[in-house]
Amino acid sequence: MSTLSFGVSRGHVELLQFLRDRTAMIFTFAFPAMLLLLFGTIFSDSYDQPGVSAAHVFSASMIAYGILTTAFVTMGAGLALDREDGTLKRLHGTPITATSYVLGKLLLVAFLAVAEAIILVAVGALVFGMSLPDASHWLAFVWIFLLSVISSSLLGMAISVIVKHGRTAGAILNVPVVALQFISGVFIYPVIQLPSWLITIASFFPVKWSAQGFRYVFLPDGMRVNEAAGQWELGRIALILGAWCVIGLVLCLMTFRWTRPDQ
Amino acid sequence: MTAIEVRGLRKAYRGHEVVRGIDLEVGRGEVFALLGPNGAGKTTTTEILEGHRRRDAGEVRVLGADPGTAGPDWRARIGIVLQNTEDAADLTATEMVRHIAGFYPDSRPVAEVIGLVGLEEKKNSRIRTLSGGQRRRLDVALGIVGRPELLFLDEPTTGFDPEARRHFWDLIRTLAAEGTTILLTTHYLEEAEALADRLAVLAAGQIVAEGTPATLGGRAQAGARVTWHENGVARTEQVDDPTPLLRKLVAADTDLRTLTVTRPTLEDIYLNLIGAHR
Repeated sequence: MSTLSFGVSRGHVELLQFLRDRTAMIFTFAFPAMLLLLFGTIFSDSYDQPGVSAAHVFSASMIAYGILTTAFVTMGAGLALDREDGTLKRLHGTPITATSYVLGKLLLVAFLAVAEAIILVAVGALVFGMSLPDASHWLAFVWIFLLSVISSSLLGMAISVIVKHGRTAGAILNVPVVALQFISGVFIYPVIQLPSWLITIASFFPVKWSAQGFRYVFLPDGMRVNEAAGQWELGRIALILGAWCVIGLVLCLMTFRWTRPDQ
Repeated sequence: MTAIEVRGLRKAYRGHEVVRGIDLEVGRGEVFALLGPNGAGKTTTTEILEGHRRRDAGEVRVLGADPGTAGPDWRARIGIVLQNTEDAADLTATEMVRHIAGFYPDSRPVAEVIGLVGLEEKKNSRIRTLSGGQRRRLDVALGIVGRPELLFLDEPTTGFDPEARRHFWDLIRTLAAEGTTILLTTHYLEEAEALADRLAVLAAGQIVAEGTPATLGGRAQAGARVTWHENGVARTEQVDDPTPLLRKLVAADTDLRTLTVTRPTLEDIYLNLIGAHR
C-alpha cells in the first residue's frame, strides 16, 4: 500500500531532519522540562491529600502543554515552513498524496509527543517523587494522550494556513498556546481560582480537558475536588477531545493547500 | 503524438492578466524552449502545465490528461525541476534523491542520477552546504530520478558556471536521445539554440513568435552584414543575400583578410521581438 509506505518514508526524513536541527530539538524538549523544574521548585502549595505536592500537579498537567508544543506548534510551524521552502511544492510534483505527507508529519509528532511525555513523567517521578499510576490509569493515559495529540495536530495543520511566513509561525502559534495554559489549569491550579466566565471559555477548548485527564491519571482520586466540576469527568473529556478531532479534521480538509495562494 | 497541447490558456492574478491566450503544441520527444523576459508569463504557464497552478480559461492536455485534475499515476510520468528551492536542507544529497526516488514505480538508481548531474563529490554533504549551482544540480537530479516521459525545466542553469552548463547540456541531450520530451524555460539564448528543436517567445502573456532556432522571427530570411577593408578603409554593407557581393569582391581581387559575414544571432532576433512588444 503506497499511501502507507510513502507516509513512513516521509516520517523517516521528517524525523531525520528534526534530529539534525539541534536548536529545534533542544527547545522542543528542554523548554517544558525546564518550566516544570522551575514551577515544581518555586510553588509549594499543599493540598488536603497526603503526599501530593504542587510539583506532582504540574508534572501531570504539563503533559498537556508538552503535547501542545510538540503537536500543535510542530504541525502549524512545520506546514508553514514546508509551504515556504518548497517542500510541499516539490512533493506535489511527485506521485505522493497529501494523505501520505500528513501521515509522515503525524509520525514525527507522535515520536516527539511520546518523547516529551516520557521526559515530563521522568522529571516528575525522579526529581519530585511523583508515584506512577496503575494499569487502568495507564489505559486512560493512552486514550487521553491519543485524542490530545490528534486534535492538537489537526488544529495545528488547520491554523497553518493563516501563518504566512515560517519565521512568524512561533510567535503566532504561541498566542493560543500560552493563553490556554493560563486558563486551562496548567499554570494556575486549582482552576477554580479563576473567574467562572474564564473557566467557561477554557471549557470550550481541548487543553483544559486534556490537562484534567492527565491529572486523573497521575494524581490520587481525592484530588478531583480541585477540578472545576469537583469530578474527573472522563466521559466529558473523551467527548470534547473527540469533537475537536472531528472539527480539526474538517478544517484541515477544507483548508489544506499544496502551495501558497496565487501571488 | 503530442505531449503538450494548449488552447487559449488564460490566467490572471488579482485582475491582472499575466497569460493572455496562449496556444502551444509540443510533440513527443521534442525539446521545446519557452523564452521571454521576466514577467512574460513563462513560469505561470509552466506551473499550469505541471499541475501546480489553476488556470482561468483554456484547454490543456499534458500526456493526455488535464494537469488540473490528474492524479499520482500522471505525476509518476512527469518530472519537474523547480526554481528557488530551499527544502530538505538537513538531509544529504543522496538521502534526498533516494527519498524522492522511492515515490516512482521505475526510478533510476540513486548513484547513477548523482553521477549524471555531477554531484559525486557532494553526495554525502548536507544540502544546506551546497553552492547555488550544486543545489540546482540536485534539483535536476530530483526531476529526472523518476525516469519522466516529460521533463519540465524552469531556468535550470541559473547559477551554473560555464563548465557545469556544458555538462548539463550534455545531460539534456542524453535525456532527449532517450526519447524524453523536454519543456525548457531559459534566459540564455545560447542555451535555447544549443538544446531546443523548437522554441517560442513569450512577451506580456502572449506568444509573439514560434519556430526553430534557425527560423525564429524570420531569422532564415534576415539579411547579412558584410564588412571588409578596402585600401585601409572599413566598409560595411547590409544585404539580403551576400553571394553576389562576395562574388564581386573576389572578382575585383579585393583584399579579404578582414572579411566578416554576420547573420543575426538568436539574441538579435529575440531582442527585436521583445522590443516590438513592449
